[in-house]
Amino acid sequence: MDKFTQHQGVAAPLMQSNIDTDVIIPSREMKRVSKIGLGEGLFANRRYTLPGGREPNPDFVLNKLEYENTSILLSGKNFGCGSSREHAVWALKEYGIKAIIAAGFGSIFYNNCIRNGILPIVLDLIVIESLSAEVQENPQSNQICINLVKQYVESSNGKCHSFDIKPAQKVMLVEGLDAIDVTLKMKDEIFQFQHSYNKDFPWLN
Amino acid sequence: MSNSTAMTLFEKIWQQHQVESLDGDAALIYIDRIFLHERTGSIALKSLASDGRKVVNPEHVFCTMDHIVDTFPGRNDTTLMPSGTDFILATRESCKEAGIRLFDVNDPQQGIVHVISPELGIVQPGCTLVCPDSHTCSQGALGALAWGIGSSEAEHAMATKTLRVNKPKTMNVRFNGSLSKAVTAKDMILHLIGQYGAAGGAGYVIEFSGKAVDELEIEARLTLCNMAVEFSAFSGLIAPDQKTIEYLRGKEHAPSGKNWDAAVSFWNQLYSDKDAEFDSIIEIDCQDICPTITWGTSPQHAIAVTDTVPEPSINGNGKVSESVLRAMHYMQVTPNTKLTDLAIDGAFIGSCTNSRISDLRMAAEVLKGRKVAVGVKAICVPGSTLVKQQAEAEGLDKIFIESGFEWREAGCSMCFYAGGETFGHQKRVVTSTNRNFESRQGPETRSHLASPATVAASAIAGHLADVREFL
Ligand code: SF4
Repeated sequence: MDKFTQHQGVAAPLMQSNIDTDVIIPSREMKRVSKIGLGEGLFANRRYTLPGGREPNPDFVLNKLEYENTSILLSGKNFGCGSSREHAVWALKEYGIKAIIAAGFGSIFYNNCIRNGILPIVLDLIVIESLSAEVQENPQSNQICINLVKQYVESSNGKCHSFDIKPAQKVMLVEGLDAIDVTLKMKDEIFQFQHSYNKDFPWLN
Repeated sequence: MSNSTAMTLFEKIWQQHQVESLDGDAALIYIDRIFLHERTGSIALKSLASDGRKVVNPEHVFCTMDHIVDTFPGRNDTTLMPSGTDFILATRESCKEAGIRLFDVNDPQQGIVHVISPELGIVQPGCTLVCPDSHTCSQGALGALAWGIGSSEAEHAMATKTLRVNKPKTMNVRFNGSLSKAVTAKDMILHLIGQYGAAGGAGYVIEFSGKAVDELEIEARLTLCNMAVEFSAFSGLIAPDQKTIEYLRGKEHAPSGKNWDAAVSFWNQLYSDKDAEFDSIIEIDCQDICPTITWGTSPQHAIAVTDTVPEPSINGNGKVSESVLRAMHYMQVTPNTKLTDLAIDGAFIGSCTNSRISDLRMAAEVLKGRKVAVGVKAICVPGSTLVKQQAEAEGLDKIFIESGFEWREAGCSMCFYAGGETFGHQKRVVTSTNRNFESRQGPETRSHLASPATVAASAIAGHLADVREFL
């Protein structure tokens, strides 16, 4: 996985609450037994004029010229709630989204982001609204800069906002680690644990 | 474990499963059982195999065909969902290669994952169970720590028998008093989310307790825990009691013989200690709960059936909430409309929330001797093949069919739209499912969540209805 240390890019506001994973990628867009080929289905219900169609809806933020090359999303509370479908994250990643700044995330979605190298950042809604207002004035020049190592978001006017992330998850992103590889380093500990666990709870073995 | 530290039920299970502590408050947690389904499990198994990794304990992994399979009588591997067959075939092949027990399309034990896992005794008190499906929290009803994960995490669990988990905070939701007539577990959870918002449980694992919870049967507890994720909780759980033990006794995958006695004495220790502290507590007076229905596109848009659609709220910076306006537009409802004035086009009874035998009995009681209103397309999809057989043995299928409901094979069906079947563009549907999101049940379909009894009453009335008038 690519390492994530810092990133600067165009940010697009989707300033609603509860943008769920059905909105991020409708179920019917998950056509194949595959993690790839999903970018096209991203936000399909809003991005295209007709269900299942591919004619861009000019009103949708990501279709506007000034938001070309968007790599950061701004949103309200509870982004990515709902269905556990990791397709939502695979679609965002394929589209080119590197980070999402929201006032809260669905917990499965949050973990799915970390697993796939996308940085989910929680900030206060008021802060995100001010970032959104600033970005809208000129999306291409008012880019947002994110520093994961030092854990802050910097807007184009130079204001910095620090954010929290669990240390174990930060390491995964910064070093671009594969979680299974990391865990398998503890294979012996797991084996020993299982051995005594099976003695205590034989009915679960 | 020191006696001086009182622990919550969750903390007991967490501690028993902690292999190692990781940075911060994360831990490597041992996973007892993994469940997969053909929509997300197929990808996890395929990706695991292509990375050259093995499922370490395939005997602890189960898989079912529920999401994509059709539910028409006489179904096979072909599906209305374009390319659905690919998922079915890929799942079958991967399960065979990995040595995983698959509840295949026409297996007598096939059904929706969160219905069959308890029904067969696969989920048990005190165990950890994960599934790449958000409603895995349902299974906490038996006193297990069960939660939904993504596909990559499912791969991790299969390859390592563990997951790296951030420890959630603890919340206790107490339902005090008893439920009024015709008020169900579905109304309890909709009421909770309506009062505290769809993000009210974010960051928490919730233990449901109180007199009304004690009084619920296991199937109803599954309904209650099912929607913990709609409250944004990590999961929900309920301490096992005598009802839980009786429910599991004799089930195929439940412990037997000497193991049964050992398991029961362990299960009897699974409760929150008297002095255990929760990070947050919510108290609900059950007398305040009416039959509840949603008007909008989030489960938090839940109101009593006797209420009217609320005026949009004003948010912190003095503006009307954009999400609420969008929801009203999508649902084509206006403030002050009475819920019971909304005419419906469809009625759906099914899903992991409400498709168990007790749900079907409840609905049949309302439907008996009555007819579905003209113009309403009504469908009942039992949650599992075993539920379907039981219902047929009791003659419930006849009641459904005579009233005008379609009677289907088990599966998720129109709980969500996979590209196949739908009630249609902009149709208004009353549904016993758990999500009323935009286009969840089909492009621009308008979903109103309710209990199966309320769905049945509304199907008869032809509009959203107060089930109490039908009993
Ligand atoms: S019934 Fe609906 S909510 Fe439940 S597992 Fe199936 S699709 Fe998901």
